[in-house]
Amino acid sequence: MAKMQVEAITNGSVIDHIPAGQGINILKHFKMLDTQRTGAKITVGFNLPSKTLGFKDLIKVENKQLNQDQVNQLAILAPGVTVNIIEDSRVVMKYRPEIPEHISNVYKCPNSNCISNFEHVSTTFYVLRRATGLKLKCKYCEKTFDKDVVGQTLNSR
Amino acid sequence: MTNPLYKRNIISISELNRSELELVLRTAKRLKEEPNHTLLANRVVASLFFEASTRTRLSFETAIQRLGGSVIGFADANNTSMAKKGETLADSIRIISNFADAIVMRHPRDGAARLATEYSKVPVINAGDGSNQHPSQTLLDLFTIYETQKVCDNLKIAFVGDLKYGRTVHSLAQALSLFNAEMFFVAPDALAMPDYMLEELYNKNIRYSMHKNLESLIPQLDILYMTRVQKERFEESEYHSIASQYVLYPEMFTKAKPNLKILHPLPRVDEIDLEMDNTPYAYYFQQAENGVYAREALLSLVLNEEV
Repeated sequence: MAKMQVEAITNGSVIDHIPAGQGINILKHFKMLDTQRTGAKITVGFNLPSKTLGFKDLIKVENKQLNQDQVNQLAILAPGVTVNIIEDSRVVMKYRPEIPEHISNVYKCPNSNCISNFEHVSTTFYVLRRATGLKLKCKYCEKTFDKDVVGQTLNSR
Repeated sequence: MTNPLYKRNIISISELNRSELELVLRTAKRLKEEPNHTLLANRVVASLFFEASTRTRLSFETAIQRLGGSVIGFADANNTSMAKKGETLADSIRIISNFADAIVMRHPRDGAARLATEYSKVPVINAGDGSNQHPSQTLLDLFTIYETQKVCDNLKIAFVGDLKYGRTVHSLAQALSLFNAEMFFVAPDALAMPDYMLEELYNKNIRYSMHKNLESLIPQLDILYMTRVQKERFEESEYHSIASQYVLYPEMFTKAKPNLKILHPLPRVDEIDLEMDNTPYAYYFQQAENGVYAREALLSLVLNEEV
């Protein structure tokens, strides 16, 4: 058996099959970078070899079990991820993201004149399936954006 | 039976279905023919204009007062606590909704009216939020079409000028798509109807086509919806060459159908020659007057269980 490149965890969640480069965005998405404040124990692997993806990122979060709703929020960033829930070193649940009806409080609205960029409110985007791919429509300004355009707002948080 | 608009927020025209639009049109027609001075008796409506819009504000405030209601509010936000003390919109709405029975608001930011609904105890009527929505303008446009054509179904309508940035065009096209209109879009490439709007119409099986030349279309039209090409969107020389292509003169209308009416959200600058005003096709000033009746209809339906 190949030597494990990222240490196993006993209890928690393993987010696997993340396209290389998206791992950091998922950490931002779940606000997992603020570890000093939250005390969360997180192991990350970037650019690991993968049979299906070539290279992938991997995130292991100890003592935190993601649920289906949370996993669904990844449908925009990394639709092919798998999330394994670990209890006593065993996989007890496996989730894949399903496209959610809406995504709240993750992304900023790319429209610089949208009221959500001026008032302290949670953003919400309705997810629209279009022939040209997934689109996100802001609940407030009603503008529709390509998912990648909204996804990039994670970097400006 | 309670009317379906009672206590509703009116934020986006796309939230009204066909029968609700028809209810507003019928109510506007009735209020124009038989004025009613009591539908808003003892009601206070807050008219909050965070940015100036003289025509829309006066039209709403006239509607409120003609129905027997009273108005509180402001005509521009510069002298308010929001501007002077940095109060958030959310807090302002929380407070003002304690004072009034409904809020009419205009705001320079997209989505401000939707946000207001989350903090208001009373119905919010959007009088324009940035470049997003202006539903009462669409209702007055639709009412004017209904008044001049007697129906809204199966009409042929050309939209001319700035179809890219003009929210009135987008909203009216959305509303008319419920009435099986055939639409002709006449605009320079730089101001063409956006793809997402075309996709929406296509998905609803609406017939539409794009054109550069207006004159050849005129003989088949029922409605010509004119808009202003805004100077600030172009270089000076480019503006003149584009704007001059989209000007209406009486000579263009020799083969027009007798029922053709020209509408325009106003203000008009050069795009409709003054000579047009004396033709039977000009209807933009009556359209502006209809703003009062359409807004009377909206306010009375939102504030009364039965009208």
